[in-house]
Amino acid sequence: MDGNAAPRGRSLHRFANPGRFMRLSGAVLPWVAMLGIAVSAVGLVWGLGFAPRDWQQGDTVRIMYVHVPAAWMAMGGYLGLAIASFTSLVWRHPLADIAATSIAPVGAVFTAICLITGSLWGKPMWGTWWVWDARLTSVLVLFFLYLGHIALTSAFDEPERAARPAAILALIGAVNLPIIKFSVDWWNTLHQPASVTRFDAPAVHVDILWPLLIAGLGFLFAFAAIVLLRMRTTILERRARALMLARAAEARAPEAVPA
Amino acid sequence: MSEFLSMGGYAAFVWPSYAVAVGALVALAAVSFRQWRAAKAEVARLEALGPRRRGGGGA
Amino acid sequence: MSRKKRRLWILLLCGLGLGTATALTLTAFEDSLVFFFSPSDLAAKPMPPDRPFRVGGLVEAGSVVRSTNAEGRMETAFLVTDGARSLRVTYTGILPDLFREGQGVVAEGRLRPDGSFAASTVLARHDETYMPPEVADALKRAGHWQPGQPPPPAALWNTLTAPATN
Repeated sequence: MDGNAAPRGRSLHRFANPGRFMRLSGAVLPWVAMLGIAVSAVGLVWGLGFAPRDWQQGDTVRIMYVHVPAAWMAMGGYLGLAIASFTSLVWRHPLADIAATSIAPVGAVFTAICLITGSLWGKPMWGTWWVWDARLTSVLVLFFLYLGHIALTSAFDEPERAARPAAILALIGAVNLPIIKFSVDWWNTLHQPASVTRFDAPAVHVDILWPLLIAGLGFLFAFAAIVLLRMRTTILERRARALMLARAAEARAPEAVPA
Repeated sequence: MSEFLSMGGYAAFVWPSYAVAVGALVALAAVSFRQWRAAKAEVARLEALGPRRRGGGGA
Repeated sequence: MSRKKRRLWILLLCGLGLGTATALTLTAFEDSLVFFFSPSDLAAKPMPPDRPFRVGGLVEAGSVVRSTNAEGRMETAFLVTDGARSLRVTYTGILPDLFREGQGVVAEGRLRPDGSFAASTVLARHDETYMPPEVADALKRAGHWQPGQPPPPAALWNTLTAPATN
């Protein structure tokens, strides 16, 4: 069947078989990575050098072109983590577990970018680096959820045994997503309500909205490229582990290799 | 040009934001790429250690 | 029922339980999740004196009085309003750049015996609209936006082309 990418390890270990994924991801990854770089560059250069100032925030509005796409990826990444975890728990699909393991560090980095740039934006505009309002606090919780997932998956020697507890953690943490999104509507917060993702017309002028959407698309490609790369790495690492285990088992008892 | 760099007086906030975002993403991509290369080399090394007595050969 | 189907149902039920528990918890802690109180909140549920809290609303247009105190520090007095009620706030120190009449503000401090609010920190709270200054000016010139009022609905201006002014 899907032969070339997964030759030897396959018969030894069920996690060493996503050969089709390796083939497909290998083919699309360079394109996704190039789009990530090019589209992000267009969005950020546009935002930094060509988009207009804002009527109330002046040039600090340019922080939005990194802050908001990073926030979208932080939340979208966690949604992806939750979906992968759900798939992993219900259908025990090995790729889903690998996807979850690979998304968490990338999501954590995007969340960190969101928090740091938000702080750099809050100081000149709000007058503070940080407040414990519902929006900021729930995004900080999101960051800790990502870190917890990373810590949990790396605490196990056998990656397959980490899959279930990590998936349960990811799914419990998913209640935080609606809290982040609606925190600005449900409670009084220092953070303003949504400007783009709302039911009526976006409260962002097109001259500011376009570079924002392009930067967002670029970040999405960048996110996807890094996750794909990390998934490939995880698959290779698990194959290497399976090969090593097989060799070790063979050295001990040449005829009794576990199937 | 200097007007562009000064960012209306907010240079100390705008430029670090971009530096943090781009720096973190480039670092993440670089680390991920290195890990991928290391994993690939490790699999190649193990596979090159020679065919085992059973396993892949018969499939 | 297959094992996969059973796992699916168990997870969905757990999710439902978790969601309900979270919703109940959040409702129970509603008061502490609120970052600031509005002047109307305070009228309905007065705060004991000397307890620090935050009050938020808009800086009432025309209410800002600036002065310099004996030590040469900047003193500002203004009204925070939510439309229905307002509260007098005083603050000594440098205000954030976005502090303007008609704009959002959150003040941290405590009530004085005379019922005014002594702020130790003032934070600016801006709205969610983003537009070039030229568009804002055009809207104000055309009478679509009264000074000191919130901006008009986004659909009116988010594709508006501002006349070139510079």
